[in-house]
Amino acid sequence: MNICVCVKQIPDPNNPYELSNGRLRRDVAQNVLDPGDEFGVEAALQLVEAQGGEVTVVSMGPDKAMDAIRRALSMGAHKGVLVTDDALAGADALVTARVLAAAIKHAGFDLVIAGVESTDGYTGTVPGTVAELLGVPQATFAKHLEVKDGTLHVQRQTEKGYDDVECPLPAVVTVTAGVNEPRYPTFKGIMQAKSKPVETLKLSDLGLSADDAKATQTIAEVTPAPPRGAGEKFEDDGSGAAKVADFLKEAKVI
Amino acid sequence: MAKIWVYGETAPDSTGFKTTLEILTRARALGGDVSAVALGPGSTEAAKAFGEHGAATVYASDDAVYGEYIAGPAAHALTTLISEHTPDIILFPMTYDARDVAARVSAKTNSTVLSNAVDVLDEQTGQTAIFGGAQIVKVALEGTGPKLVLIRPKSFEAEPSGGTANVVPVNIEIPDAAKGAKRTQKHEVEATGPNLEEASVIVSGGRGLQQPENFKLLEELAALIPNSAVGATRAVVDAGWVPYAMQIGQTGKTVKPKVYIAVGISGATQHIVGMKSSDRIIAINKDAEAPIFQLADLGVVGDALKVVPKLTEEVKARKG
Repeated sequence: MNICVCVKQIPDPNNPYELSNGRLRRDVAQNVLDPGDEFGVEAALQLVEAQGGEVTVVSMGPDKAMDAIRRALSMGAHKGVLVTDDALAGADALVTARVLAAAIKHAGFDLVIAGVESTDGYTGTVPGTVAELLGVPQATFAKHLEVKDGTLHVQRQTEKGYDDVECPLPAVVTVTAGVNEPRYPTFKGIMQAKSKPVETLKLSDLGLSADDAKATQTIAEVTPAPPRGAGEKFEDDGSGAAKVADFLKEAKVI
Repeated sequence: MAKIWVYGETAPDSTGFKTTLEILTRARALGGDVSAVALGPGSTEAAKAFGEHGAATVYASDDAVYGEYIAGPAAHALTTLISEHTPDIILFPMTYDARDVAARVSAKTNSTVLSNAVDVLDEQTGQTAIFGGAQIVKVALEGTGPKLVLIRPKSFEAEPSGGTANVVPVNIEIPDAAKGAKRTQKHEVEATGPNLEEASVIVSGGRGLQQPENFKLLEELAALIPNSAVGATRAVVDAGWVPYAMQIGQTGKTVKPKVYIAVGISGATQHIVGMKSSDRIIAINKDAEAPIFQLADLGVVGDALKVVPKLTEEVKARKG
């Protein structure tokens, strides 16, 4: 079974973000493989370890997004595809999905795995749009997944619990954080990742035009939200609990 | 006049249904020609509520196929309706199911899609909030297909208009190709106590509680506060301390209680987007630099494991 995993390089969510014209400044930030994508890579590795096949990591981004692909390769993925093109600066969800779908088709797949949503944009529509463009079903929000006799079985997170979902392959599945425990790359894994094959492609290599890369939404304005009134903050000297209780009384909730 | 559509969710006790009514209220205020689409069991019944909240027309089908398969049938039907009626913009509640449908429709109709919107200003302008709500971003929506906008729960108050919708039955044949991912069984956890979305007070815990057992400190406190519930951050849900139903934030519930007590919560964006609209916020955290304090009306820099048991005693004393 050949699995494509969509990954994204994002500014480290543990550091404060900087904006320029309403967009995240990706040039100044410390960039990392989206922690949400590590669950997708781990899920793919577990499936091919049990059933054979190859894991291809697919990403769109600037040249340095290669670091995120190498990270996934050092976890154990077999090869990578990076689509990088100046025309893609400012790409929106639909453009991103077009590019990823074309790259996945190029790589070949029985299953596509992605995180539920990125940790920087939280858009969450890219995997579903990729599924439609590939003409395959989508099983989303998987908190558990397995493949039995060529059918994907998923426990899909719901508001009140979960649904059992069955889906024929090929398909797109999105995994939640917590679906597994992503492995840390070993030293050997890191060394091997350096020589694993990664294709770097331009839009034209995938048969896509500049029109396909044109975003259909633009930031018109960014304004600070009205601030909440500055609150009171104090070191607890033993009287903190009493102050909180007074606050609750005053708010008439006790 | 702009044609504004609302993609409705129909299960009466769901967040999606409530969010649909909120969005219809907003759509009505925009002053366009407002219609709703309701697909799946319960749609004809839900259409009444949609009409009461501002939909002049509801395209409805009670066909079980829409609930049985994920996204495919609904995306097919919605796309068919779009080509017949050419709406300018379609507003969706930001839920699991509606997000999946919008994602597929985006590809089918070449439509731009905006997620996590907190408002829509007209048929080509949406608004989102970033950095946990610190910045408001106005987004111009362009392109040829109808604009697709996913709106976060509780972005507006739902208010009935007293209207009645003209219900137009939808009879669209769903091709087998759209029947892919099939729900075979539902598992629901029986909820106890007031639910998070309705609670007046929420006591919520994060990593700062150190161990899963310490959640009982929050339960003991909540037990003394009328109409209160206990919530959690994604970090502790992912770690398996408490069930997902308790998760508040981007990928969990959006809440707006009178008082939100954040215990051992640092204030990651993921969490803040789900609770920042609470009337009053109390934060208890060891780290004086934790971002949660920027939102807090009252911030206690201290050890949650010491402060909370004491607080429980103080609340008991004040209740007399």
